[in-house]
Amino acid sequence: MKHMMYAGTAMLAAALLPGAAQAQGTVKIGVISAYSGQFADTATQIDNGIKLYMKQHGDTVAGKKIEIIRKDTGGPNPDVAKRLAQELVVRDQADILAGFTLTPEALGAASVSEEAKKLMVVMNAATGIITSRSPYIVRTSFTVGQVADTLGKWAATKGGAKKVYTMVSDFGPGIDAEKFFQNAFKSAGGEIAGSVRMPVANPDFSAFVQRAKDLNPESIFVFVPGGAQPAALGKAFAERGMDPKKINILSTGEPVDETAVKALGELALGRISGWHYDYNLKNKANAEFVKAFNAEFKRNPDFFAVGGYDGMHLIYEALKKSGGKTDGDSLLAASKELKWDSPRGPVSIDPATREMIQTIYIRKVEKVGSEIVNVEFDKVENVKGM
Amino acid sequence: MLPPIFGVLFDGIAYGMLLFVLSVGLSVTLGLMNFVNLAHCAFAMIGGYVTVTLVNQFGWPFLATLPAAFAAAAVTSVVLERLLYRRLYRASDLDQVLLTIGLAFISVSVAAYIFGTVQQPISTPEALRGSVQFLGLNLGKYRLFLIGVALVVTLALVIGLEYTRFGAQVRASVDNQRMARGLGIDVDWTFASTFALGSGLAGLGGALAIEIVGLDPNFSFTYLVYVLIVVSVGGLGSIAGSFAAAMLIGISDIAGKYYVPELGAFLIYLVMVVVLMWKPAGLFGKR
Amino acid sequence: MAQPTTTVTPQSYLLARGRWHPLEIVFWLATLLPFVLFPNYLSLASQIAITALFALSLDLILGYAGIVSLGHAAFFGIGAYSAGLFSKYVWGEPFSGLLVAAALAGLLGYGTSFIISRFRHLPLIMITLGLGLLAHEVANSAHWLTGGSDGLQGVRTQPIFGVFRFDLYGQTAYAYSLGVLFIVFLCARRLINSPFGLALRGIRENWNRMPAIGADSRAHIRKAYTIAAIIAGICGALLTQTTNSASLESISFQRSADVLVMLVLGGAGRLYGGLVGAAIFMIARDQFSGIAPQFWYFWIGVLLVAVVMFLPNGILGGLAKITARWRRP
Repeated sequence: MKHMMYAGTAMLAAALLPGAAQAQGTVKIGVISAYSGQFADTATQIDNGIKLYMKQHGDTVAGKKIEIIRKDTGGPNPDVAKRLAQELVVRDQADILAGFTLTPEALGAASVSEEAKKLMVVMNAATGIITSRSPYIVRTSFTVGQVADTLGKWAATKGGAKKVYTMVSDFGPGIDAEKFFQNAFKSAGGEIAGSVRMPVANPDFSAFVQRAKDLNPESIFVFVPGGAQPAALGKAFAERGMDPKKINILSTGEPVDETAVKALGELALGRISGWHYDYNLKNKANAEFVKAFNAEFKRNPDFFAVGGYDGMHLIYEALKKSGGKTDGDSLLAASKELKWDSPRGPVSIDPATREMIQTIYIRKVEKVGSEIVNVEFDKVENVKGM
Repeated sequence: MLPPIFGVLFDGIAYGMLLFVLSVGLSVTLGLMNFVNLAHCAFAMIGGYVTVTLVNQFGWPFLATLPAAFAAAAVTSVVLERLLYRRLYRASDLDQVLLTIGLAFISVSVAAYIFGTVQQPISTPEALRGSVQFLGLNLGKYRLFLIGVALVVTLALVIGLEYTRFGAQVRASVDNQRMARGLGIDVDWTFASTFALGSGLAGLGGALAIEIVGLDPNFSFTYLVYVLIVVSVGGLGSIAGSFAAAMLIGISDIAGKYYVPELGAFLIYLVMVVVLMWKPAGLFGKR
Repeated sequence: MAQPTTTVTPQSYLLARGRWHPLEIVFWLATLLPFVLFPNYLSLASQIAITALFALSLDLILGYAGIVSLGHAAFFGIGAYSAGLFSKYVWGEPFSGLLVAAALAGLLGYGTSFIISRFRHLPLIMITLGLGLLAHEVANSAHWLTGGSDGLQGVRTQPIFGVFRFDLYGQTAYAYSLGVLFIVFLCARRLINSPFGLALRGIRENWNRMPAIGADSRAHIRKAYTIAAIIAGICGALLTQTTNSASLESISFQRSADVLVMLVLGGAGRLYGGLVGAAIFMIARDQFSGIAPQFWYFWIGVLLVAVVMFLPNGILGGLAKITARWRRP
């Protein structure tokens, strides 16, 4: 009961003092993410990226203090995300909406950003359609198509793959990955040997890997979401005797993320992937970023973290350019011109689509010293979002 | 050379055995003590985190951490049993649900607070990695190990509950508490130790599961549905039933995904609904 | 429940139960307070009203007929998707959308009620769980229709009566949800205090005996289940219309489990149990997650444990016991 009374009092206080905390000189950023639930680690890493950027660059920009308000959606809930966006705009008077771990969250909040004319910075959610849902959306992560299309082309032309079997998770991003990879691969002269879609909640991959093995293709393309599945899939390959050194196993970045590669160890050696960021990327900005990140959070950054970090960079620079003006139109105009050196390499915002133009790295899992990491050996520059 | 069907069967059995170890504890507590413990997977998670911490931070060998995982989950459960569960033995099912869901919620955020939200990597010993060749099949070594552990657990449980004094006391306490007390059986103690046994097995299951399905703070909920399916399909309180149900679910899941991947996600739910409509008390259930 | 001292007929008992208690009037007047006191919380209030109605629909079968369902979100989801698809492909007038959603959910409820009415206890819980999970998988695999995990796109709800559009402050949304909640509540209240409601309670207490006194248990269960499905469908439609979105979460196991927890928290088998439980759970969640977005689960968990320990049978059940003890001389 005590908690209830507390909650009630807090609600009352908040209602009686509308905008009491509203000061002239603050810019409020409402971060909407799935801080709890199955995708909590994604939200945590985005948040770490945000925190690190603010620590490094201070919390004052263009004479205004930056204030972050965090809101939890608990998962892919568009209705909750929309409500939180509404509350952020009307109750907290937020100037910018940011975060968005998952596509449904971004789609739910898009209409609020359009109606309230607020800049909305999508720091992760990667389905293609998001930016078309509100003219005020800018995305600082990537799109699934951007990666899968590039990898498909690369595999057929430079990668020496001729016949590919595709295995993807049966949900939005997985289907996007399948579509973009297959189209790009076929139009570059490759052939699709077959494909399978695997349930999203799938703890054991042995059956799907056996199916792939029966067809004996020379290459395989896989997409599964980050979390427990990448390692499980990798182990299933190993148990079936499908060695990435003998058979081409291609993927986006998630199936060979840091957790998966660490859990797989030597079994991952030889896996090839196309991706826009890795903590092992060799450039100056990244070396500093990884060092600072480790000092702060005792772990390596990943693509979620860099999405949050670059998202904050975009907000800071847009505020500088707009001279501290926080209306959606000024910030949008300012962000469309941005171009910077991110830890992932040179990036810019495509003014036409409001997506990142960035480098897609082709990497291979190798042993460097005693560590097993993704090492870039080729890259495709200035890839547009799609 | 054996055709791939045998490989599929093998994987299905191994996956089933994992489900068995995770859920048999719940079958014991739910069936024998009539307590709806939805926090069962939270005890599994405790076992998982104990193993991960001992392996990664303290350099223990994987196998040595398994008894520790069992013990940690068992001890935690006894503390909770004495503090909370005990008071609800006679309460309604719904109150038991509310309590244990509350505990599962707490376990999720405590795990996130202590260990972070990240997936915990684990490296099993070299001897359990990769696969062995057998008549043209690749049999995962870890899966062979899982099957072995599950068989040992089954045997120990059947013997322990059917043929020992402790087993007789448990069954007597369940059947007629008052009479059991009258015969001088310490019913409180019996219940507490049964509960510890069930939770300890969950802890063991959690530790064994990491290699196959990973570990993060949401574990308390991710496998709850699977565990409930195994327990209900098998029949409450029946160890043989849980064993058979876990096999059935494991094999139909893997075989379904292999032969009709379009139905992959549906199959285990369909199997459950069909079995329960045919035999509402489960395969080996008495009621 | 007060023990009647003189002879009572079932009619007079039901009439007495049907009379409005002053506290009830206070409760409903209080639901109007957010418009005045918490104008910035109306979106939340609207979603609380929808969830409260959902909990009420579960209460009809769980609290009154003793059917514990872990798959009730199936009907919520059917309602959500059918209202969304209706607005996308037919027209966006909200009330007709509600009716379509109610009809479809009711149809599905009636169809499955033949399975449900044959089982009791754990098998029943697990069958509802299985059917709910199957519904979720169907919605996921029908990408072409539902949009899969991205959610349904292109939902366009027209203003209510062609005048009141769903605004950023959530005024229309709350008024609409609250209005529907109140009307459906009146119907449910009438139903519970009817001979049919009495028969349901009889079935809950003794399944085998009711047929002996002329009430066919299975037929009653089927009716109750269908009605609960209709109400759940209306809830789903409300959520879709007030947020212009429908997603897999609307049909997920989590939603089924959450609403069960809310109902038990408030007190099952009491008309206001679901309403109070939903309000307390969602306000607590909103406040706790505002303070600690990553760790609010902890406080919700503590809340649940505390309620079980100190107020068994839910908040309303516990309070009723306390006041009864207090009144006794």
